[in-house]
Amino acid sequence: MARSGRKIPEVNSSSMADIAFLLLVFFLVTTTIATDKGLTLTLPPKPDPNEPPPDITKNQRNIFKILVNSSDRIMVEDEELTDVTKLRTMVKEFVLNFGKPTSEEAQALYNSLPASLKALSKKDPTSSDDPKEAVVSFKADRGTSYDVYIAILDELQGAYYEIYGDRVGISADDFRALDRKKPDEAEKYKIAREGIGMQISIAEPSKTGDN
Amino acid sequence: MAKFKKKSNTSQDIPTAALPDIIFMLLFFFMVTTVLREVTINVKQSIPKATQLRKLEQKKLVSYLYVGKPNDPEKFGTEPRIQANDAFIEVDGIIQFIEEEKGKLAEHEKDQLTMSLKVDEETKMGIVSDITEKMKDVNARKLMYAASQKGVE
Repeated sequence: MARSGRKIPEVNSSSMADIAFLLLVFFLVTTTIATDKGLTLTLPPKPDPNEPPPDITKNQRNIFKILVNSSDRIMVEDEELTDVTKLRTMVKEFVLNFGKPTSEEAQALYNSLPASLKALSKKDPTSSDDPKEAVVSFKADRGTSYDVYIAILDELQGAYYEIYGDRVGISADDFRALDRKKPDEAEKYKIAREGIGMQISIAEPSKTGDN
Repeated sequence: MAKFKKKSNTSQDIPTAALPDIIFMLLFFFMVTTVLREVTINVKQSIPKATQLRKLEQKKLVSYLYVGKPNDPEKFGTEPRIQANDAFIEVDGIIQFIEEEKGKLAEHEKDQLTMSLKVDEETKMGIVSDITEKMKDVNARKLMYAASQKGVE
């Protein structure tokens, strides 16, 4: 007993570095570096002042109207909407309505849709003719809160991304993450958007609210 | 009981061989997570939450505009203001700012300039639409409303 007591016991520290690296890797993986994320949008070009504005002869049924006033109350298709989250299904049904397909292309588009999207098509004659014609019009007021505006825009884009995702059999999240630099993912992106453009028209706000 | 009274000759030192590793680890950790901010943001920034977020790939093509109530209301008032780089700018100054930002890019990249609008959620739409109208004027049509992921902190 006395012999062993005189020895200097040491903790084997050779694996300490490994533990340190393990922790380092753990933090590296879990820490999210602040990246730029947000809702992307491409603005329409400024109309040429020398040219008269084009005559718009769009049927009312092909326009899905969303209006928000300065006290953040939302009106969708002439009815008040209190729950913003309902908007997503409404937009999906509107876009995929196929009430009266205007061309053979549109009919072919309908036939190419997966069953989950065909189920949303109600063929309602008072709603949009086909996705090419369907336009979502979104008009806010200068007094509308920014967070309400973003919440609505989020739902509108979400509706389209879900349609795109369903067409190629992935979730909306996966669709948004598609990297267009990779050929196979770019192809998926193209197929998903074929014939169904994200036609969200954001009108210049009205001026009833202050600032 | 004699067993417990026995004095041990063991050394009480903690091995310090791994200390450099730990220090390096901390160093790396902070090096990685620290975001170097070039500008001091002088407006209130509470970014709204959304779900349908997309990432911007090329950082050098992005310019930022910060909109919100000034942090120093006595000096700058309580109305939302626009901040570009380190200074407050007026709505009319946006055109000049975008032109400057475009000037920093190569010729073929000029159309690809993306404006990232970091707008406080309490702001009204008026000022935001003023910015987008000015962007159309200078043909800077790519826009991103900065938002953070809903449901995840």
